[in-house]
Amino acid sequence: MMGFCLRRILYMIPTLFLVSIVTFVIIQLPPGDYLDSLAADMGESGSDNTAVIETLRQQYGLGQPMYVQYYKWMKGILLYGNFGISFEKNVLVTDLIWDRLGWTFGISILTLLFIWITALPIGIYSAVRKYSFGDYTATFFGFIGLAVPNFLLALLMMYISFKYFGQSVGGLVSPEYIGEPWTYAKFIDLLKHIWMPIVVVGTSGAAALIRIMRANLLDELYRPYVATARAKGMSEFQLLMKYPVRVALNPFISTIGWILPSLVSGEIIVAVVMNLPTTGPLLLRALLVQDMYLAGSLILIVSLLTVIGTLISDLLLAWIDPRIRYQ
Amino acid sequence: MNTNPTTTVMENDDDVAAPVLLSPLALTWRKFKRHRIAYISLYVVGLIYLMAIFGEFLTTSDIHKTSTRRAFAPPMGIHLFAPNEDGSSRFQLHAKGLKLEIDKVAMRRVFAEDEEKIIPLGFFVKGYEYKVLGLFSSNTHFFGPVNPRDTVFLMGADRLGRDIMSRIIIGTRVSMSIGLVGVIVSLFIGVTLGGISGFFGGWVDNLIQRLIEFIRSIPTIPLWMGLAAAIPLSWPPLKTYFVVTLIVSMIGWTSLAREVRGKFLSLRYEDFIIAARLDGLSNMEVIRKHMVPSFSSHIIASLTLAVPLMILAETSLSFLGVGLQPPVVSWGTLLKEAQNVRTIIEAPWLLIAPATMIVVAVLALNFLGDGLRDAADPHAH
Repeated sequence: MMGFCLRRILYMIPTLFLVSIVTFVIIQLPPGDYLDSLAADMGESGSDNTAVIETLRQQYGLGQPMYVQYYKWMKGILLYGNFGISFEKNVLVTDLIWDRLGWTFGISILTLLFIWITALPIGIYSAVRKYSFGDYTATFFGFIGLAVPNFLLALLMMYISFKYFGQSVGGLVSPEYIGEPWTYAKFIDLLKHIWMPIVVVGTSGAAALIRIMRANLLDELYRPYVATARAKGMSEFQLLMKYPVRVALNPFISTIGWILPSLVSGEIIVAVVMNLPTTGPLLLRALLVQDMYLAGSLILIVSLLTVIGTLISDLLLAWIDPRIRYQ
Repeated sequence: MNTNPTTTVMENDDDVAAPVLLSPLALTWRKFKRHRIAYISLYVVGLIYLMAIFGEFLTTSDIHKTSTRRAFAPPMGIHLFAPNEDGSSRFQLHAKGLKLEIDKVAMRRVFAEDEEKIIPLGFFVKGYEYKVLGLFSSNTHFFGPVNPRDTVFLMGADRLGRDIMSRIIIGTRVSMSIGLVGVIVSLFIGVTLGGISGFFGGWVDNLIQRLIEFIRSIPTIPLWMGLAAAIPLSWPPLKTYFVVTLIVSMIGWTSLAREVRGKFLSLRYEDFIIAARLDGLSNMEVIRKHMVPSFSSHIIASLTLAVPLMILAETSLSFLGVGLQPPVVSWGTLLKEAQNVRTIIEAPWLLIAPATMIVVAVLALNFLGDGLRDAADPHAH
């Protein structure tokens, strides 16, 4: 087990290195940089700012070759935890991103829990009562869940809740609580809002997982060992939970690996639609105005945390299922 | 020598129909047809692609024609019987004209049906000029107002008074073709890398597998957003289109490569492959003549399942405003019009009409892919 952990963690290092390079290349791709657009804006107001722009360019090292910029950026991050500066807002990137990243991952993890809580019982029910009305309903909603993109679902739910329930939509708390200290009332208000992004982001994942669970369980349900246990007089429910479900659960855990990246992706796009105070809107804005260190840091940290999450799920799986360790 | 009995038996046998020998393809087709939803989906997908090809013929008005007086006009219903002057009614497909009224309470303009004004509708009517397949021009439209100067909004109008239905029909071309082109790109990358990985094994395999794991472990949306935001706005639409296609095809190839690799690994030591190799066929020939045909049906099924993923990816990016840009019309750019709740409440058809189209297309492609996969798998139960 120790060897497996060590090997997996060692594998992660080149991955992280690759992530940082890809991120940096992406934020460097657009022609020109933030200072060009700033200069264009200043030029419109009529003043000559070549000297100012030049000083700024020196300061940020924007004129240097790419690998030098990359080296400087990485050095700042690794040695001082300094992710650079946000050009547009003129503050350190670190001051902007942490609570937004916290919300993004908080919502993603809550969504994961939501997916498990819904997919597990529905998947078991669908398999045990195969071709029943409930099974067809679950399958139907499963397909719809896969076919409706996240952001569309978000728009639809916002429309419905506004039109038929008159609820204020968007954001994580009602406008009157924004910037207020945390109280019990604010927490309740948060709960009233946060379920919507969780359901929206989780639907497609839950749909996929229900189908996986159903297929896995169906493979197990008609095995001889089940018949044996039944012949020996075990109660149906106990039998189901103790043997076939446990075996079918295995691929369930391994799916965290691919579900986490898609949840984070989904959260980002839904956040833009629902105007949540998470990474999504900040990243979109930063990309559009070429605020490169802000955008780069967001992509880098989001990818990094996802890779770590995947690693944790892999280790968990190896701990639960010994076969994986010896592959 | 008494050979007569045998001959007579043979002659009798000729009357009985010989057992039909079905090719593997025919067997697959037969199995596929048994999957009802998939079979229906095949026709739905076919219709959607026909719609993409002959888009202009089906539109009721020019997609670039704006009309400020008709901004946010609601969908018009089709009525069957029009009243005559003497009070009787005759059969005439028609829509009612719209008139503007001021809602005194909400203080905004609303559209109301004008009972007086009748817009006669008909099939194969004359309308704006367009080119069929870019070859010859025509002005016949399948359905629309009989008088070319009338406009009819069967699914409402957007903020510039453009007809939503016509725009959705034309948008089909871009959205559905991005799926196809993207799939061809990922087919190429996936089969090449997956094939190399599975055929040679060893460190090459390890390297490619790590690369795939890497791509799969990072969240795609932020990456795509970064890549798509890098496309300069000044680029011509066609160039943007191809770059967006390339970006969205970056998801599809990893699962395809894995599948191809798995097939290569399991086929590598099959008897018929070893036999082919012992017969002196080169690597390329073994792959082309024996390995690829034995798993091509799987590839086709997974390709079909990859198309809807790419359609959704394009839609998401264009919706965020970093993918295709107007004036290019795709389902994603149409949804961009419905970006905030206020617009949707004023004009729900901006959201509902394109969304329905997307869901139908994606569902049909998913069912089709599922059916193909089941039909292609000889071991399926």
